[in-house]
Amino acid sequence: MKFAVVVFPGSNCDDDSYHAAKHVLGQEAEFIWHKETSLKGADVVILPGGFAHGDYLRTGALARFSPIMGAVAEFAKRGGPVLGICNGFQILLEAGFLPGAMLRNRDLKFHCEHVIVRVEQTETPFTLRAAKGQRLRIPIAHGEGNYYAPADVVQQLESSGRVVFRYCDERGDVTERANPNGAVNGIAGICNEARNVVGLMPHPERACEGALGSADGLILFESAVAAMAQEGVMRTA
Amino acid sequence: MNDEVLERHGLTREEYDRIVRALGREPSETEIGIFSVMWSEHCSYKSSRVHLKKLPTRGPRVLQGPGENAGAVDIGDGLAAVFKIESHNHPSFIEPYQGAATGVGGIIRDIFTMGARPIALLNALRFGPLDGPDGVRTRRIMDGVVRGIGGYGNSIGIATVGGEVAFDEPYAGNPLVNVLCLGVAPANALVKGTASGIGNPVYYVGAKTGRDGIHGATMASAEFDDRSAEKRPAVQVGDPFMEKLLLEACLELMQTDALIGVQDMGAAGLTCSTCEMGARGGAGVEIDVMHVPQRETGMTPYEIMLSESQERMLLVVKKGREAEVERIFEKWDLHASRIGEVTADGLLRVKDRGRVVAEIPNRALVDEAPVYNRPVKRPAYLDEVRALDVASLTIGRPAADFRRLLASPTIASKAWVYRQYDTMVRTNTIAAAGLTAGVVRIKGTERALAISTDGNGRYCYLDPRRGAMLALAEAARNVACAGAVPIGATNCLNFGNPERPEIMWQFVEAVEGLAEACRALDIPITGGNVSLYNETDGRAIYPTPVIGVVGLIEHASRTLTRAFAADGSSIILLGEGTGELGGSEYLKLVHNRVRGECPSIDLARERALQALLARAAADGLLLSAHDCSDGGVAVALAECCFDTGGLGAVVDLTPELSASHENLVSAATLFGESASRVVVSSRVGDEPRVLELAATRGVPARVIGRTGGTRLRVGVAGAVAIDCAVAEAEQIWSGALEMFFRRTAA
Amino acid sequence: MKARVFVTLKPSVFDPQGKTIADALHSLGYTGVADVRQGKFFEIDVEARTADQAFHVASEVADKVLANPVIESYRVEIPES
Repeated sequence: MKFAVVVFPGSNCDDDSYHAAKHVLGQEAEFIWHKETSLKGADVVILPGGFAHGDYLRTGALARFSPIMGAVAEFAKRGGPVLGICNGFQILLEAGFLPGAMLRNRDLKFHCEHVIVRVEQTETPFTLRAAKGQRLRIPIAHGEGNYYAPADVVQQLESSGRVVFRYCDERGDVTERANPNGAVNGIAGICNEARNVVGLMPHPERACEGALGSADGLILFESAVAAMAQEGVMRTA
Repeated sequence: MNDEVLERHGLTREEYDRIVRALGREPSETEIGIFSVMWSEHCSYKSSRVHLKKLPTRGPRVLQGPGENAGAVDIGDGLAAVFKIESHNHPSFIEPYQGAATGVGGIIRDIFTMGARPIALLNALRFGPLDGPDGVRTRRIMDGVVRGIGGYGNSIGIATVGGEVAFDEPYAGNPLVNVLCLGVAPANALVKGTASGIGNPVYYVGAKTGRDGIHGATMASAEFDDRSAEKRPAVQVGDPFMEKLLLEACLELMQTDALIGVQDMGAAGLTCSTCEMGARGGAGVEIDVMHVPQRETGMTPYEIMLSESQERMLLVVKKGREAEVERIFEKWDLHASRIGEVTADGLLRVKDRGRVVAEIPNRALVDEAPVYNRPVKRPAYLDEVRALDVASLTIGRPAADFRRLLASPTIASKAWVYRQYDTMVRTNTIAAAGLTAGVVRIKGTERALAISTDGNGRYCYLDPRRGAMLALAEAARNVACAGAVPIGATNCLNFGNPERPEIMWQFVEAVEGLAEACRALDIPITGGNVSLYNETDGRAIYPTPVIGVVGLIEHASRTLTRAFAADGSSIILLGEGTGELGGSEYLKLVHNRVRGECPSIDLARERALQALLARAAADGLLLSAHDCSDGGVAVALAECCFDTGGLGAVVDLTPELSASHENLVSAATLFGESASRVVVSSRVGDEPRVLELAATRGVPARVIGRTGGTRLRVGVAGAVAIDCAVAEAEQIWSGALEMFFRRTAA
Repeated sequence: MKARVFVTLKPSVFDPQGKTIADALHSLGYTGVADVRQGKFFEIDVEARTADQAFHVASEVADKVLANPVIESYRVEIPES
């Protein structure tokens, strides 16, 4: 299984995703520079965290013009699994892969801390191995993670089961207190209609080893591997 | 040359005469500017140099001592830890966000120019009180500084893993922002800031040059007064995105062997980088300012040479490799401009469209800068403040004082601060900010590095010599508490105006104290920074040497943190106190006094204690370790209970003072700040081995209690002095700082 | 030719920065300030012969890049020179 980690100028969690895929999970991984136009046969694409193009103008706004994004769009259209983490999520929003936009955190502060998210949907390539309602302890690190979409869009996301992760407390309840940034309905991550493109604000790649305080994030990477294996079986069958 | 011009450049008449002698003629306007920044206190260390020589800088692990962009120590596996601390006090006072942000940017450049990948940041901050007459301004400054540090570090993607924040009146008009960066480099491929090889091209890479920051170095070498606000244009604006590109491009270039040397254009910009690189390589450097990329039109050579625009680097590369070098920078959307070349004549020659506008021997600027052995005088205040009659204090109930201490901003949780920092990016952080020391693992090895900064200005005010010893001892002890062996230190010496003999006395005492402690603890100083003139309207800060210590942990999995790990563990106090209240947080907070003798220190015992900690941690005998500092053993015990989910402890302490007043005995025992003490916990059954190890090393050690329950109960000689639910104590401690900022939204 | 683009959050979108500034102004005694909305201002140098042409280019740029239509609206001005 090969993970492609797209590197934009200003990406800074690229190494972390690569490390998780390659050294923790033992899969193949390759960095893809944003000026390239091919994903080089990758099975899974990760848009990592960071501050692509300085996050100038708006977070993620300029990265969508990078040459590689054509290949990512093509890959996604064919049903390939794409995971946008933090800044990668912001890029997916700006590029129109996913609906909505990011606002500044409601207290206007950058937040770096462990939060708990509840897995709402397991029918995506990144949550396949998780149980519905499972709580994951994963860090966030962002200043603009306050997910917003017009009411009708949120309604649509909810009714079509496309909210994949939600901030919750230790008991799994979605509360105002457990919501670190003010995101509408406590939304921490969503997927597209075809369910193969997932974006989330928390950093699962930072929670893949016990030594770092949590290994709960590993399940997203393991799910991707399982999803691809399944697809491989289906393809050969 | 008239006096007005000299004053504007911060030069004395004697210094001017010296310039004339060095050149053998009158200097041009541009040359005066160049000399003024290179001979400023900030660049030349003219007041401190004679004393800094007293610091031990060598050791078997030292790969690079002071004099380069940063120091480096060998950490095994063919790797070096590269680190340095630097101040950005003055700019942070004038414009807190940008001042702090560019401070972070500057120290990061110092690390990656050495060929190291930066992996951790720490910052030591000192502010005035958050309430009181300057509270509003102080909160605004602190908020800006914290946002600025986060804004830069978070963006560029380097984890901020530690540091400290303390509050005291003398910093109200002069906050301290000291920033430390740690990186890892191949030990055999450290890059130097050297220009050599006649004819080799000199490149300029990074942001364009503007008029910002002109005379920043001279600003950092003068006191503040009411007119400082007018100097606002001297503040630079940071661009972490540009620096991220520079960082990646430079590290990629360093994989090749096309590079001769590189230096950041920090203080004194193009001037400093050209002449220092030339002086180190024993060569000359010739540049033409017409090739320097400019952001503004009509800039004079004087302005271009003195600009302190951020995110710029100067490189010397091998002749014939130009295309390769340019290609790497272009990949990162950076343009490398060839601005000159290395020459044989040892001169810094600056041309403007071919016309020579400055021609100065590099040595005159760097090695032959003036050196002053300024007069010293023991300050008169010392005798007065050192007297402390504890018997005269009206002592209240320790339980109430304990709660007050937990809410004191200096002691309270700094979560409000470090939650705004990315503490984990690059997934190396084992122990994050807010714990005893920051610990980062070294991927691809078993090892980890622990790092801590410390420095108690109050102690140094009472006794700069001993205060500096205590600063090094505490930083090293914090690193040892993580299970590390201290292997190197970096210092940031923050003082007032050195032209005042009393300030100079403080400085000399502190440096000598630090030197003695470094020798006794066998920790070499590999570099650092001196920040003088920290005064506003004639009022100086406390003398504040901030010491950063790096320690090596052989097995990252054996890293210890502060928090008690399990119910029913034995709590052991290593070291013993003597009820020393002088200079303590308790005395300041509860009795509003900054007096007495600061805690004594036996450096041999301190060293034994640290060796004991490293050994016991490596042997897996300890579950947690935490240093006793501000607020004494009582606060240390409370902090051990925090972040455990409310695990309590029952402890009984030996009285440390014989006095008739029972409350005084309790206060001194609970809140006294005697040095060289650590609270550790171990599994029941392991404590005899810990005590035995301690005994063989001559470290006093005693089992003082056990973890368990949900309350912290501390007795002194059997009488309960503190009995508090951990949840309540933790709420006080964790919410105190935020309360100050909730009041003012903007 | 110069073009000015003003980008603001749509009225339906909460603006925490504007709210914070308004609160601060109230605490400073500016009780007459009812509300503050924060936005961005861009000054663009466009190569164009006519104001109409400049307006057209600036509008396209604003629509495609400068504003995010999900949360922001924009307004273009061509100042008389």
